[in-house]
Amino acid sequence: MIHYFIGDLGHFFVITSFVAALASAFSYFKATNAGSLEKIDFWRKNGSLSFYTHAAAVLGICVSLFVIIANHYFEYHYAYSYSDSKLPDHYLVSTFWNGQEGSFLLWMFWQAVLGIIIIHTNKFWEGPVMVVFALVQAFLASMILGVVLPGFDFRIGSSPFVLLRDVMHDAPIFISQPDFIPAEGNGLNPLLQNYWMVIHPPTLFLGFSATLVPFSFCIAGLWLKKYSDWVRPALPWALFAGAVLGLGILMGGYWAYETLNFGGYWNWDPVENAVYVPWLILIAAIHTMITYKNSETALKASMILVITVFILILYSTFLTRSGILGDSSVHSFTDLGLSGQLLIYLLFFLFIAIALCIWRWKQIPTTSKEVSTYSREFWVFIGTLVLCLMGFQVLMPTSIPVWNSIVNNVFGGSSNMAPPADQIGYYTKFQLWFAIAVALLSGVGQYFWWKKIEVRQLGKELLAPILITFVVFVVVLQVLIFQFGSGSIRNFGYLLILFAGIFTVSANAKILFGLLKASPSLSGGAVAHIGIGLMLVGIMFSSGYSKIVSLNNTGLLYSSEAGDEYNRDNLLLFINEPRTMAGYRIEFKGDRLEPREKSGYVDPNDVEFTDNPFMVVAKRDIIYEDEKLFNAQDTFEIFPENRYYEIQLTGQSGKQHRLFPRIQDNPTMGIAASPDIKRDITKDLYAHVVDLNDPEKAEWKEQEEVRIAANQEFFANDYVAALEKVERVFSIGSVKLDSVDVAVKAHIRVKGEYEDYIAQPIFLIRNRMVGRIPDEVSDLGVQLTLLNIHPEANQFSIGISTRQKDYVILKAMEKPFINVLWLGTLMVMTGFGIAIVRRFREFEKMREKGLE
Amino acid sequence: MKKSHILIIVVIAVAIGILVSTAGDASTYVGFGEAYEMATAGNKKDIHVVGELTKDVSGNIMGIEQGVDKVSFSFVLVDENGKQQKVEYREPMPQDFTKSEKVVVIGRYEGDVFIASKILLKCPSKYQEQNVSV
Repeated sequence: MIHYFIGDLGHFFVITSFVAALASAFSYFKATNAGSLEKIDFWRKNGSLSFYTHAAAVLGICVSLFVIIANHYFEYHYAYSYSDSKLPDHYLVSTFWNGQEGSFLLWMFWQAVLGIIIIHTNKFWEGPVMVVFALVQAFLASMILGVVLPGFDFRIGSSPFVLLRDVMHDAPIFISQPDFIPAEGNGLNPLLQNYWMVIHPPTLFLGFSATLVPFSFCIAGLWLKKYSDWVRPALPWALFAGAVLGLGILMGGYWAYETLNFGGYWNWDPVENAVYVPWLILIAAIHTMITYKNSETALKASMILVITVFILILYSTFLTRSGILGDSSVHSFTDLGLSGQLLIYLLFFLFIAIALCIWRWKQIPTTSKEVSTYSREFWVFIGTLVLCLMGFQVLMPTSIPVWNSIVNNVFGGSSNMAPPADQIGYYTKFQLWFAIAVALLSGVGQYFWWKKIEVRQLGKELLAPILITFVVFVVVLQVLIFQFGSGSIRNFGYLLILFAGIFTVSANAKILFGLLKASPSLSGGAVAHIGIGLMLVGIMFSSGYSKIVSLNNTGLLYSSEAGDEYNRDNLLLFINEPRTMAGYRIEFKGDRLEPREKSGYVDPNDVEFTDNPFMVVAKRDIIYEDEKLFNAQDTFEIFPENRYYEIQLTGQSGKQHRLFPRIQDNPTMGIAASPDIKRDITKDLYAHVVDLNDPEKAEWKEQEEVRIAANQEFFANDYVAALEKVERVFSIGSVKLDSVDVAVKAHIRVKGEYEDYIAQPIFLIRNRMVGRIPDEVSDLGVQLTLLNIHPEANQFSIGISTRQKDYVILKAMEKPFINVLWLGTLMVMTGFGIAIVRRFREFEKMREKGLE
Repeated sequence: MKKSHILIIVVIAVAIGILVSTAGDASTYVGFGEAYEMATAGNKKDIHVVGELTKDVSGNIMGIEQGVDKVSFSFVLVDENGKQQKVEYREPMPQDFTKSEKVVVIGRYEGDVFIASKILLKCPSKYQEQNVSV
């Protein structure tokens, strides 16, 4: 039965949220422009009531959609497309934002929450700020409206509550059976079945939402002609946005590192660039805002930057959701036909912001006095410019598809530019030098900031950090030469960024120690800048000195066609045949299954598969890492899509470590390979399966026949084997045999490298027909058949078929000092945290004094 | 001259430099015919070609040849001008390749074969898919 009610309810909430957002924007607009206190109060109450209604409706949409997903109502397109009934509960949460509609919803949800916080913390700015908020919410609600305008053949928004049959109206099944409900959904993309995908999107969208707050304050400031007062309440929010957006971006990178197999955390894909650029500009904006608070300069720059950040967020939304990147990104985007709507959304706020700026420009106070070269304002401003140019350099190539589209569609010309073919090399070439400048400036700039000093004094102050930098730099160089050879230090850019990174850390560390004694609450900047320095050093090492360690030392060419790179960079591992790699003895131990309820890995040889792919029966007690997971004969659930490949590493000291890289094979979504990472303090070892022997498609060599007596040894695929006993059986699997049928089961012990395997082929006479059921020892690539029994000689004929033994081709990389990057990230976040607390307290103090 | 003016000039110069280099380093979308001419003219730059995979009646992609041990493969791609071309990829087949319709190959001609260094897959939009598994 189709559950109409929940979808109708959801759709009702969508429309309510849209209408309430418009009503709220209108009321707050009236409140801001109203003359009398009474009217202001009336309209403001109306506005906040409407906004609460809107927020409740947004919550209602979320709950309705989640009910549909969690109850597996596959009659709905959203549940059918992105989930299935076997998906674990926490991934049902990821299903929620797998579709574009869900991610718009997530964005709306956060902005509704932030809007309510604003209503409660800031009475003075509530009116104008909430006008902007409610308008943005109305635009977002329109994206999921899914309403066809009467009279026009035009649909506004794409609703997450459409029924599958309304989407696939041409599918034959719906023409014959309109009430058909699929029993199973398509499932979640295997790459998204990762815990980072449960927390990365909400974090990123909270960051997106938070950028709206400083933008709204800036617009409100321009509108009310309070040109300078908006900065104080906006600053803590800008810092919050910078922290959360940065964290969201890094989580995305970490997800890519753990789940995708391109061997890194950043790929300069347009999708990544689209959030990286606004973040850079946001950081620049934070710096100018802080400068303004201290010295009344850079007000106009702050306004322009704060506005730019929000416009860039809208632009990135447009880039990633309009389908315009279709030919230039590895991500496949679904074009929901919203590009027109997204463009209106972008242009609306762009136009309003520019118009307001032009209108008020002359009135915005500026300082006419020239800033001194040795003032902090000057150096912060230079840093801001570098950040802006850094973002500009990434923005331009990312926008190439937009440029093509404008030239081709608006001007009728033809442009066929494509983004640079080698993205990583291209962006690194530029970003490296900007990063060096940022690092040096954030070291020196801090001294100008805290101490109003002359050039001579600056030299004295910086002497200690510079000396420390040189010492550390030389030590690190020695380590580099020792680890990677003298050829490793020829890249001038790498050496410079290393130097600049160390300098920032040591210069800011000195500032930090000074501050910790006097006023620790002001130390946010120093901590964050130390973090940035560490991040740069970590990125330089883990990317610049990333080393492929899975070199082919078998002397075997896998394929003459495959080119040098493949043969050199990948290691072929036959099952149970040790090799050496990166100072380890490395060995492929076989494939493994993942049980659903217990954590651990299960050898497929230890279980019997059933007709239900999700259920297996244990043949014997299953022990993983000294813990008994299952008893013999237990039936338990597995994830049939996931196969893990156990790779055992033995270090020189004899210490063992196991890696389990994964291959996921989802019948509807395709195959995905994910790495496993061995984490040490100084480096990560990162390995993924590139290719493997698929036993189901293996080619068997022609069968060989041996005639043997019981307990006589023979060779099967070069393994010693012996027939131990033969017994009569009365049932095969679940089939019981008749009394006239004869079936015998042989027990053949095959001695593998590490363990013995028992193969149990069956010889059967049923209805006067002879049947033979062979048994396979998949680890050894042997299949044994009981061909014939010779009672007169007390001998048996055994058929031996062999195939190539199981193997995997592994690609492994070492990422040195990647932990420095993660440590730096933590410090940046801590620094932001300290600064947010400080700036919010400042704002609270001023509010209590009644100044805001 | 005021310092701010010098700064503005420097910023504009860097911005122009970025624009020029973007245009210079940018690759292009071309058809196979043009790509071939570029390669024979000695242009070693990687270019983008957008094309479609040919499928037989049962939906299998035609012209796929697996390399030995599955570590490389080649396929036939039809560009927007309808020109067919054998494309070789010296890596294992990307996941989802067999489900794609439109692909973008980035690479260049070596002799008569187009060697792709990167393949971008465009999976068919869910909205176009009109099959429901019963």
